[in-house]
Amino acid sequence: MGVALQAGDAVTVRAAEVDHHHRTPWFIKGKAGTVRRVHGAFPNPESRAHGGDGLPKLRLCQVEFRQADVWGTGYRGADADLLLADIFEHWLEHS
Amino acid sequence: MAHEHPPLHHAERGKRATRILAIQRLLIDKGVITADEVDDIIERARERTPADGAKVVARAWVDDAYRARLLSDARGAVGELGYRLSHDAELAVVENTADVHHVVVCTLCSCYPTSLLGPPPDWYKSFAYRQRAVVEPRAVLREFGLEVADGVRVTVVDSTADVRYLVLPRRPSGTQGMGEDALADLVTRDSMIGVAQARPPKP
Repeated sequence: MGVALQAGDAVTVRAAEVDHHHRTPWFIKGKAGTVRRVHGAFPNPESRAHGGDGLPKLRLCQVEFRQADVWGTGYRGADADLLLADIFEHWLEHS
Repeated sequence: MAHEHPPLHHAERGKRATRILAIQRLLIDKGVITADEVDDIIERARERTPADGAKVVARAWVDDAYRARLLSDARGAVGELGYRLSHDAELAVVENTADVHHVVVCTLCSCYPTSLLGPPPDWYKSFAYRQRAVVEPRAVLREFGLEVADGVRVTVVDSTADVRYLVLPRRPSGTQGMGEDALADLVTRDSMIGVAQARPPKP
């Protein structure tokens, strides 16, 4: 897992396609953002959704993305607009 | 016409309800959950209404130290007012200011701070809101009657199961000197989701 993530870290969301339940929305896969807050550790939903115990718990990070980075030129809004999403640490890599 | 072609959302809700009841029956038959547990969760959700969230917001408006605690440790702060959140989801609060407007959506399902606000409105669970709020928030807010100025940042919060989000709306102008109860009356459910501002005071 490498060095634990903390607020302020620049990260990229893994662009992996997986066929089990997961909570990483498609539109931020492969996108770069910044960790704004670490919520703490929660049971892994990718395990729990399939009968597992969710252990070990994983840290859940609130990650900030620029909307213009997420949607590209198709985004109709202000350049400053942001998206916040809660992403489990195993989906995040240091940029 | 309306009789022959009922609105789509009614048909959609009917199909969903049938599916959910079938899943519920299976889970009970397999012993994963009990009927009492389902009733208990529904009952607990109904104990709370947006008036409870409004009390939290009003306290934050009149007490800066409370507001700071609410933003950093929402569970502890709402606990000070007697609200006990369920143990399976945390609460986080995001603050609207003159410079940034937050709006909450759950694109994956319909995660909502139910243990403080009660059940979510139907539109919050609709595919249209879940799909559009994240990609064209300003257009969606406009449809709710809220025009966000170009100079104000719109921050969409995509909520998932473990952390539920409450928006702390801006305190309306002209409310200096108002007490907490009167302030709470200005705080609507929609303003705590971020699709509206709090109501202005009656002149």
